[in-house]
This record gives sequence, structure tokens and C-alpha cells, in this order.
Amino acid sequence: MDSVRSDRNGSGQRVPLALKILIAGGFGAGKTTLVGTVSEIRPLQTEEILTDAGIGTDDLSGVETKRTTTVAMDFGRITINEDLQVYLFGTPGQDRFWFLWDELAFGALGAVVLADTRRLADCFPSVDYFEQRGIPFVVGVNCFDGAQRFGVDAVRRALDLDPDVPVVLCDARSRQSGKTVLVALVEHVAQRRGEPVPAA
Amino acid sequence: MRADPPGALHDWLDDEAGPVVRPYAMTGGRVRPTVGFDLVAFVHADPEADPDRHQLSQPEHRRILRLAAEPISVAEVSAHLDLALGVVRVLLGDLLDARLIAIHEPPATSYYPDDNILKAVVNGLRAL
Repeated sequence: MDSVRSDRNGSGQRVPLALKILIAGGFGAGKTTLVGTVSEIRPLQTEEILTDAGIGTDDLSGVETKRTTTVAMDFGRITINEDLQVYLFGTPGQDRFWFLWDELAFGALGAVVLADTRRLADCFPSVDYFEQRGIPFVVGVNCFDGAQRFGVDAVRRALDLDPDVPVVLCDARSRQSGKTVLVALVEHVAQRRGEPVPAA
Repeated sequence: MRADPPGALHDWLDDEAGPVVRPYAMTGGRVRPTVGFDLVAFVHADPEADPDRHQLSQPEHRRILRLAAEPISVAEVSAHLDLALGVVRVLLGDLLDARLIAIHEPPATSYYPDDNILKAVVNGLRAL
């Protein structure tokens, strides 16, 4: 496989290829739960600083008057083999942190949009985001405690999804179920390869 | 390093927004690293290099070198050090300038991985 890279410093260490998958959806849709159930490591948290001092300038004079906050992002990891890893990043749930998504989405293989049928509208922004950027995604309908109130077709209609976007029922607390959603995504990515790029 | 949210003046900061920090004190006020580091770029400390020959201003520089004895992703460095990504990137830039680490940005093939890679991922996921 051409994913193997040898370390340039000659130590012979193999550096894995890392693929990024985003886990998106509304607040409370189960993003962190899904990352946790499929990750081989305890989910870690990284944070990004938001500061108006950090945007477009290197000058931090007067930084004491600037407002600074952090946004936490949960992530997990799956080792496929010694040369290949998958990183799962939960996207920040609040709308005001949209611009952080661009960094997360850069180079991402694709995304899982988790939908809670009790609050289906919460995942509209995620669906819009990935559709607009042409990032492949699947919708995972998280069935909380038997809260499956709508079938796959109803969700598809409600979200106005393109016919090729897979919609799968899942339980974010179940490892097996989480794996199924990820497999559906990767297969969807592979399938899209074989098709012409849709007209903009 | 962290302080409580400073009250009414900063009304868009609430608990949801996370703690207020003054994170760039550690980097001497620098907010831009010398190069970009992807979240899933791998950092690897050069085992031949001698950190004692360089002026490393922060203990976190050495913590990064210890973490990166084996290749480790930028996101994981940030998580293990409990430091924000922006801060980690500046510190990584210092270490790169001093030639104490190698950085492996994700190759373009990771953005459009070929079918063999996708098959390996599917098989690997199924085997979990």
C-alpha cells in the first residue's frame, strides 16, 4: 500500500496515514457518545482558542482587553493497521463556532451526521454544511431508548437528502452499531468515486 | 493559567463557551506558528538531536519532545498537554525551527485515498 511513509530523519519509524472522519449533528445528538464507543482510546479532548487578537494580526498589544475563549473538540482514534489510522472528530455543537468546522473539515474523508428524530431540525445546519462543500456524508438516525419515531424514508424526506446519501438507523451507545455507520460512510465515499462529479 | 469568566462585561462568554484563558503567555505572545500543522499531522522527535543545545523557553517544549519519541498526531499532543491547538502549533514551530522534530503533514493521498485504502478501512472497521 502506498500509504506507508518512512520517517525523513532516518530512524526507520513508520508514520501512519491518518484519515479524518467528522461526527456532526445537533447538541445532544450523541456525537461524543459515538466517538467514545468506536474509539480504541479513551476519547481525548483538544481545544481551539477563539480570540479576536488571534485573527488577522500578530500584534497582541492590549491583549488584556481582548476576549478569549476556548472551544473543546472530542476526538478518538481507530487503528486499522500499522500504516493506517482513522481519527474521529466530534464537531463543536454550537452554531457560533461554525468557522472552526473549516479546519476540521479540511482533508476529511467524510462525515457522519447524527440525527435525533425528536429534534430533527437540529441537524439541518450540518447537512447544509457538508452538502455545500461536497463532503460525503451519511446520516445516522440515533435511536435513543426506542425513540425511533420516524423511519429512514421519513427522515430522508424531512432532510431533503439527495437520493444517494445513505441513512442508517443506529444506536450511538453500541460499538457494533457505530461501526456499521462508519462502514456505510466509507462505502459511500468509495461509491462516489465511481460516479461523475455532480454538477455544481 | 485559567481564570473565571469575568462577568457582565463579557456577556457572550458563558459556561458553554468554556473557560477564559490567557493562553499565549506561554508563547511569548506569538499567535502564529512558523508553519501550519494539520490536526492529524504527525510529529516525531529527532532521536539524534540534543535539546540541551537549544534555548527552549518552556518546559512544554520538552514535554512535546518526550511525547513525540514515537510519532504522534498534533491533536494528541494538544490533548495530552491540555494546551490549545494554537499554542501547541507555536511550540511545534519552535521545535521545528530548532530541527528537534520532524513533521509529517498528511499527504494529498489522504484527501482522496485510493480504493485499496478505502477497502482496508472498511475491512478494518468490520474486524473491530
